[in-house]
Amino acid sequence: MKVMKIDKNDWAGGIGKIQSSYRLYGPVKGDAFHDFKALEKGELPDLNFLNTRISPKSVVYPQSEIMFEYSLDEKNPDHHIMKDAAKDYSPKAILGIRPCDAASFLLVKRNFDTTEYKDPYWIRSYEATTFIGYACNNPCSTCFCTTAGSGPFNEDGLDILLTDAGDCWYAKAITEKGEKLLNAAGWNTIAAGGSLKKIASLKKEAEAKISSLVSTDQLNNKKTTELYEAPFWEDVSFACINCGTCTFLCPTCWCFDIQDENSGCSGVRMKNWDSCMFPLFTIHGTGHNPRGTKLHRVRQRFMHKLKYYVDKYENGIQCVGCGRCIRSCPVNIDIRRVCDMMNSYDPEACACPVK
Amino acid sequence: MLGYIDKIREISKRLLDEGRVDMVVGFRKGSMPMMNEPSFIKNSGEVSKLVWDSNCGINLANYLTDRKEKIGVIAKGCDSRNIVTHILENKIKRDQLVIIGVPCKGMIDRRLITAMFDTEVREVNEKGDTVTVKGAGFEKKLKKSDILQDNCSKCIHRNPVLYDELAAPLVEEQKDIDRYAEVRRIEAMSPQEKWQYFEDLIAPCIRCYACRNACPLCYCPTCFVDESRPQWVGKSQDETDIRTFHFLRAYHCAGRCTDCGACERACPVGIKVRQFTSKLNKDCLDMFGWEAGVLPDQRPPLDTFKPADPGDFIK
Repeated sequence: MKVMKIDKNDWAGGIGKIQSSYRLYGPVKGDAFHDFKALEKGELPDLNFLNTRISPKSVVYPQSEIMFEYSLDEKNPDHHIMKDAAKDYSPKAILGIRPCDAASFLLVKRNFDTTEYKDPYWIRSYEATTFIGYACNNPCSTCFCTTAGSGPFNEDGLDILLTDAGDCWYAKAITEKGEKLLNAAGWNTIAAGGSLKKIASLKKEAEAKISSLVSTDQLNNKKTTELYEAPFWEDVSFACINCGTCTFLCPTCWCFDIQDENSGCSGVRMKNWDSCMFPLFTIHGTGHNPRGTKLHRVRQRFMHKLKYYVDKYENGIQCVGCGRCIRSCPVNIDIRRVCDMMNSYDPEACACPVK
Repeated sequence: MLGYIDKIREISKRLLDEGRVDMVVGFRKGSMPMMNEPSFIKNSGEVSKLVWDSNCGINLANYLTDRKEKIGVIAKGCDSRNIVTHILENKIKRDQLVIIGVPCKGMIDRRLITAMFDTEVREVNEKGDTVTVKGAGFEKKLKKSDILQDNCSKCIHRNPVLYDELAAPLVEEQKDIDRYAEVRRIEAMSPQEKWQYFEDLIAPCIRCYACRNACPLCYCPTCFVDESRPQWVGKSQDETDIRTFHFLRAYHCAGRCTDCGACERACPVGIKVRQFTSKLNKDCLDMFGWEAGVLPDQRPPLDTFKPADPGDFIK
């Protein structure tokens, strides 16, 4: 695929042109950190960031999303009938998404787009989106993407990869969707022959800066029941306060709850993000909770990401190594540590009870 | 405060060896700069895992709730006040605890330091009152008193109020601190300004409930936001529901909050949730002369009645 060279002077003009045919989302700096927002006309994305505090999953999969609307007014002939809520599935683009976050959409797709089940909201929103990646020249110390199936210049899940080459941008079109957007932006100066070499060398440099690694090669071989009963969960879960920070910030956590909310004579049925860290996530109508303690819930989060998913899809872990849960956990529970404990767990070696 | 750790380890070892406690609750070194992880040890061979520095801002009283063991707990001033509150509220028994008091000189503000630099902070070391922050291509020395958590900079109970052992000699308490200047600034706003101020304050909320869960006071078996029969509060990002959560959470802490700052420290999106509780703390002080967790033998003002209580609102 082609690589375009974008003169930094042509940046703002191109963004404006994209906005005439796409709803554009990009990182914007708030009081203390960057997050993805819908950009106003003429507003530029602020690409001076390491990564956003919250993942861009909400651009495709909002925290709260209305699916249906209904009337409870019996005078209304359509009362008590669920009607599709109006949706905007016109083309949109995320500019400045990091490669790890882009890869996360492919993981989530395995859950929302299967031969058996299809989530129409997620799929249509995803298909309407063009992903314009932003290669990481300077990964953080908590990034472990290269051992979590991604990398600072990884192209999986992207339509375009932007590389900051100092005096200019290189935009590599990865899909036709990407080419179409580059055309719309008017970024059509083909980069000189050395550009691929330059990108490759920046990639090599960036990958060498990744200082965090996890080992995942043994997870698939471990017995589920042995990992489940491993003695380390008490230690791992002790600090956890069971907030939803890790799951809400995670680009690959996909769980949601469905709620009806009425107001007067009308109501909506909506999807809201849910979190396996919350006791309410699993409580039964009887009041019994099969995951009644925080140890159960912490174990579930790690077993899902690092064992059940691994076994079910045989396509790596349910994690792209973005490091958000590590950086934002209020009590410093670190998935890298837990992953290594699980990967190297040997029940034989732990046969003697720990005093 | 780095010097405290040898003494903390020595006391912990002795308590475990003598069988006076089943476990010691403290901190182990975190995997990131400016973070330590609450942790427990059950045998004295592990005391070297315990650490103490200016990154121990989590309130350890939160880890005592309803526990059955005999516990040695490391407690700075605010933790000890929450332990007092826990004892008063029957969340732990005094005779289950051996409190290892730590006279505190304040915890450093991780967010503040992170926001001071454009690139990632990779290493933070402290020596006396100097904190050295390093990253790729920079190194800066900061004065600890300039980078304290906001609640620590206003703290007047640095010494534990209740303890069985002490990790170090008591420290001098801060004097002449104006703790409520910020509250007065908001009190002086017009209703419209206040409304806008609080709207902006909680706008980034993602309802992860980290503020609630980091707080030792929030131990209800089912929180009002989690009740489903009846459901009091909606689950979406609806502004009214988010407001309801924050306002009620704060009110549930009235007369109980020790301003330990755990809520603010835990918030992943940096909401200054203490803006709510500080006002209630100020009111409790003004109306009842009350500070939570300071007196081990007195009921808090909101669960007792005294004829002298201010009651103009019902007269």
